[in-house]
Amino acid sequence: MDFLTIKDINKSFVNHLALDRVSLRVPENSIYGLLGPNGAGKTTLIRIINRITAQDSGEVYLKGRKIRMKDVFSIGYLPEERGLYKKMKVGEQALYLAQLKGMDKKTAIEKLKYWFRRFEIQDWWDKKIEELSKGMQQKVQFITTVVHEPELLIFDEPFSGFDPINANMLKNEVLRLKEQGSTIIFSTHNMSSVEELCDHITLINKARNLLEGPIDEIRQRYKSNIYEIEYRGEVQKLEAVLNGNYQLLEHLTRNGNRAVRIRVLQQSSDNELLSLILPVVEVIAFREVIPSMNDIFIQAVHEFANDQTSPYNE
Amino acid sequence: MNKIKLVLQREYLTRVRKKTFIVMTILGPLLFGAILIAPAWLAGLESTQTKNIAVIDSSHIFINKLPETETIQFTYLENKDVENMRKRFERTNYYGVLYITHLVANTKSSVVFYSDQQPSLSVKSHISSSIEKIIEQRKLRAAGIDENILQSVRTSINMRTIQWTEEGKEKESSTELAMIVGYIGGFLIYFFIFLFGAQVMRGVIEEKTNRIVEIIISSVKPFQLMMGKIIGIGLVGLTQFGLWVVLTLTIITGAQSMLAPELGTPSAQQVSPSSIMEKQGDTQNYAAPFQPPAPTQSEQDGDNLQVKHLFRALEDINFGVIIGTFIFFFLGGYLLYGSLFAAVGSAVDNETDTQQFMLPITIPLILAIIVLVSGISNPQGSIAFWFSIIPFTSPIVMMARLPFGVPEWQVLLSMALLILTFIGTTWLSGKIYRTGILMYGKKVNYRELWKWIRYRN
Repeated sequence: MDFLTIKDINKSFVNHLALDRVSLRVPENSIYGLLGPNGAGKTTLIRIINRITAQDSGEVYLKGRKIRMKDVFSIGYLPEERGLYKKMKVGEQALYLAQLKGMDKKTAIEKLKYWFRRFEIQDWWDKKIEELSKGMQQKVQFITTVVHEPELLIFDEPFSGFDPINANMLKNEVLRLKEQGSTIIFSTHNMSSVEELCDHITLINKARNLLEGPIDEIRQRYKSNIYEIEYRGEVQKLEAVLNGNYQLLEHLTRNGNRAVRIRVLQQSSDNELLSLILPVVEVIAFREVIPSMNDIFIQAVHEFANDQTSPYNE
Repeated sequence: MNKIKLVLQREYLTRVRKKTFIVMTILGPLLFGAILIAPAWLAGLESTQTKNIAVIDSSHIFINKLPETETIQFTYLENKDVENMRKRFERTNYYGVLYITHLVANTKSSVVFYSDQQPSLSVKSHISSSIEKIIEQRKLRAAGIDENILQSVRTSINMRTIQWTEEGKEKESSTELAMIVGYIGGFLIYFFIFLFGAQVMRGVIEEKTNRIVEIIISSVKPFQLMMGKIIGIGLVGLTQFGLWVVLTLTIITGAQSMLAPELGTPSAQQVSPSSIMEKQGDTQNYAAPFQPPAPTQSEQDGDNLQVKHLFRALEDINFGVIIGTFIFFFLGGYLLYGSLFAAVGSAVDNETDTQQFMLPITIPLILAIIVLVSGISNPQGSIAFWFSIIPFTSPIVMMARLPFGVPEWQVLLSMALLILTFIGTTWLSGKIYRTGILMYGKKVNYRELWKWIRYRN
């Protein structure tokens, strides 16, 4: 079942189109990547989901029904521009934000204590935010995002401000929250960071989403039958056996061994290729080259640009 | 509604617990108290020092005739000239040398005061008025007018002003008192709007620069956040104001009991609320059996009669109504400007960028103060009338007019317009605010603001 459905969302600011008929479906209990360059419209879309901004047209459905103001209580949002009141005490501040998310004081304190223990920061309760280091502040920030146990978590550029240790902690916590049943949306322009986490993605460029679906499926769609072969032996022998069904793309070195990248053309298959080269060289590794999200993204943007010229492009 | 309460609570508590709030709450009344008490205290300070003045009188008219006071004494030197005195002045301990030429009765500039310092005003006026009086008497006697006749001719009147109210009652009024109440009310509102309006603005900028605002508006509506902030800070203002009133009164009563004897002297003649209260004791003594004003009544009695009238007027000013309307305009004015301050805060990234947007907020406020100062002498004039109706200046100007008595319909019209405008500016500010708080690193101008107002959301 889809946890969140976005249908034909349009949003324009004066002289600027932010979202153009964007539709997507976020399956329940998935990690969903919202990918695209800066200024593509990701943050606007997230703000619409969070009811911070209103769309011009289109609908957002949460668990099958139209999203309401009350639903923000079941969303945890870590915006790209994030911070805390510097002069306020850590505990007070966390409590305030938890109460704003609809928690009553008693449960809020209870849950906060749990999270503070979990991150081993119990001693910070009465410290002022400005006394904490940046990394410590990020921990507090994360707690305030998840303390009300939201069903939907939205992270906008989560790794941009976090140091590697906290980024790793964030990753682990996110995976744990997913196990516990949360649905998570990641928005980022850094494709590789999310590749390992996401099940589903959508690519947004210039206010439109170009691609949407399970990440494996998209990769399969964009793979171009290229194989990488790591081998020991003579290059000439290898080249000699390749017939017109194969195209040798490049020579490289892998782990101190020679390697080649070969494209298999329509008429053949990977098994045939393997059977051709096995007799002439010692194959150490044979793998299909799956395009990175970055490659896919660049390719998709090019296709899109060649396909059509957007009427909104100025 | 619950969320506004949460925001409001935070805004209120974080501010009230701040050290600056506590310091200001204690310092404020001390400052007010000092302003009220300082003149009397200074007057008292001056009077403790006796000034001995050497008199060289070539006319021989004034020998042993100049009246002495507790602080001014005269020593008459005969056969001395000024040049001589100048040489040995530093060795004497005279405050100064008064030289009177023999032409004193006919020439204006025949009296000179020499000293190594600038003589105080009270000394100067005492000497010149004494000399004038003595010469006058001499001239009158020369013209054959008896001193007794002269005394009985001298008159002093105290005019009481009584207003006929619409209910046909008589009301004792005092223009001076109305002016004072008007000034205090008007200035307090002006002060409050600026002080706490700026706090709203700074609060908004703080949330923006701390980058917390988007986190908050993912759980509350921007409008709720803005209103919570404005109301919370308004309550901080009311709390501080209330504490000031209580503390100021405490300090004044305390100081009064300590300084009372000195303040009773005629030297404290300015009519301020404190001196009214201080003279209360004296007034009652005089008021007990009503005496017809005798021809020889001294100046001090006249003074007390005036104070008595002031008191009657003070009782006749309807303080319930004034305080009620004061609180209304106090809050109305603050809310109107508070939302504008919030909008300005949301449009900028730091406080230095606020200049260009502050101008349209400051101008009506300063205009209101100018009208308050100039219009208070003619509170029913058309300038005062219009400015007390126009919402942007009405809180300040109406407060200045109120103690003089303002027709009910004008007050109600002014209040209604203030409420409507407050709703209007809040709505407009809300639109600017919700866009502005999410806008970073953009140089904003008025055209940009107009765009934000037109955004659907």
